[in-house]
Amino acid sequence: MDISLQHIEYRYQANTPFEQLAIEDVSIEIPSGTYMAIIGHTGSGKSTVLQHLNALLQPTKGTVKIGDHEIKAQQKNKNLKQVRQKVGIVFQFPEHQLFEETVEKDIIFGPMNFGISEAEAKKRARIALKQVGLAEDILEKSPFDLSGGQMRRVAIAGVLAMEPDVIVLDEPTAGLDPRGRKEIMDMFYTLHKDRKLSTILVTHSMEDAASYADQIVIMQHGKVVNQGTPEEIFSSPVELVQMGLDVPEVVRFQLKLEEKTGVKLDKIYLSIEELSSAVTGVLNRGVRS
Amino acid sequence: MMEKMIFGRYVPADSIIHKMDPRSKLMIIFLFVCIIFLANNWVTYALIGIYTFLMLGMSRIPVRFLYGGLKPVLWLVLFTLVLQLFFTKEGAILFEWGPVKIYEGGVRMGIFISLRFFFLILMTSLLTLTTTPIEITDGLETLLHPLKKIRFPVHEMALMMSISLRFIPTLMQETDKIMKAQIARGVEFASGPFKERIKAVIPLLIPLFVSSFKRAEELAIAMEARGYRGGEGRTKYRQLSWRMADSLQLVVLVVLTILLFLLRS
Repeated sequence: MDISLQHIEYRYQANTPFEQLAIEDVSIEIPSGTYMAIIGHTGSGKSTVLQHLNALLQPTKGTVKIGDHEIKAQQKNKNLKQVRQKVGIVFQFPEHQLFEETVEKDIIFGPMNFGISEAEAKKRARIALKQVGLAEDILEKSPFDLSGGQMRRVAIAGVLAMEPDVIVLDEPTAGLDPRGRKEIMDMFYTLHKDRKLSTILVTHSMEDAASYADQIVIMQHGKVVNQGTPEEIFSSPVELVQMGLDVPEVVRFQLKLEEKTGVKLDKIYLSIEELSSAVTGVLNRGVRS
Repeated sequence: MMEKMIFGRYVPADSIIHKMDPRSKLMIIFLFVCIIFLANNWVTYALIGIYTFLMLGMSRIPVRFLYGGLKPVLWLVLFTLVLQLFFTKEGAILFEWGPVKIYEGGVRMGIFISLRFFFLILMTSLLTLTTTPIEITDGLETLLHPLKKIRFPVHEMALMMSISLRFIPTLMQETDKIMKAQIARGVEFASGPFKERIKAVIPLLIPLFVSSFKRAEELAIAMEARGYRGGEGRTKYRQLSWRMADSLQLVVLVVLTILLFLLRS
């Protein structure tokens, strides 16, 4: 399902003394099956953009197209529920949304709201639980007896069980240890690859954006300042640093290396393996000539 | 979702009312709530109205904002008016339509009572709009200080008040966040049959309770870790200062009270 944001603007608390412009003239195209990362500092408007992706917020100007649905500013929009079934959102600290008596009931809550039968929902719950790497014996436990990491996975399973076409992730690994972080990110990447799930990752981690996304959008002060593939984005690292954004460690290393040795590599490499083979290549050639 | 809420909200501005001592503001509101019941004819209501709007003007709160925030309450005021219209049977009949009779007394009472209601709401919202919650609790604590003699836990009460006021915005944010998370999972808070809507509150309330308890515990630990042990010998960072303007405002209100006594019928 394609999503397209066209010149959207959003003001919080419009027409009050607290009015605040959150995003301005934001246009982003997300074709079906893309893994897109939206990067920016706190307050850059990335979370506001995220909430437009399943009509939790309606733009104060501009149009949001989600599949066949068109959400326009200043207009009553109907059938938002259909949109919401298609676009699942994993919010920051999703474990805060758990409320049921058992893990199973919590996971099937979403699907059943969208009219899926209980038997089917329970089947989905088991699949989702497996996807997030939890054992089935957890199903009968209370979600509040679990560890923080397990709670997060249960909450994610609750969104996956809705079987959305698009999944939106808002800092899904905040507060996790490095291992848990990698496990969760890898899991979403596998889902993206296997199920052709469009994935939109909102984060401030350049590392995650560089290693998983095919498209990166950089936001600053409520506007899109740069957009492109990771290679394109990181090919002008100086610009990123000027914006106060981090450059992935690999890129930083390559830049230092180029500065120290005076040798320029043919392009910016985004993974350690690629960079090391490129460097070895250069070294070998150097020996030969 | 709750963006338009006006109660308990502080609107920063540089005005005479904002700069007043919270103690004098609290005293004025308290007295105002009492003397509004003195008004019982057109002149006295007009006096109170003029006073209220003067105070509003001095506070520099944008009228449009005030109107937006008070709109839901205006319905309540209107409701009181209608109630009085139909159920007071005094004076001459002004209008008759089948079994419905509207009396002159009804019209008068309706207008008076809804005006009283309206002015009360305006003045009390003015207090919270122009005074930060911390100022209000500080003011209240100092005003109630004498009650310590009869072992009334003034400091503890003020602390409870300031903590609850401090966490209102946090709780609102949290409510908004959890509501959105549940809407994304297909809950409908605003539409559907009444029974369904009541049921929709559960996925909102339980997470809110859980996080509130957690937060309370964390706060208690943080306070103990920093050596909090009650109000005994505690000094204040913010000092209240009583100015000329505060005395003047009180004098104005006292004059208003005297006028009301003289002019009421």
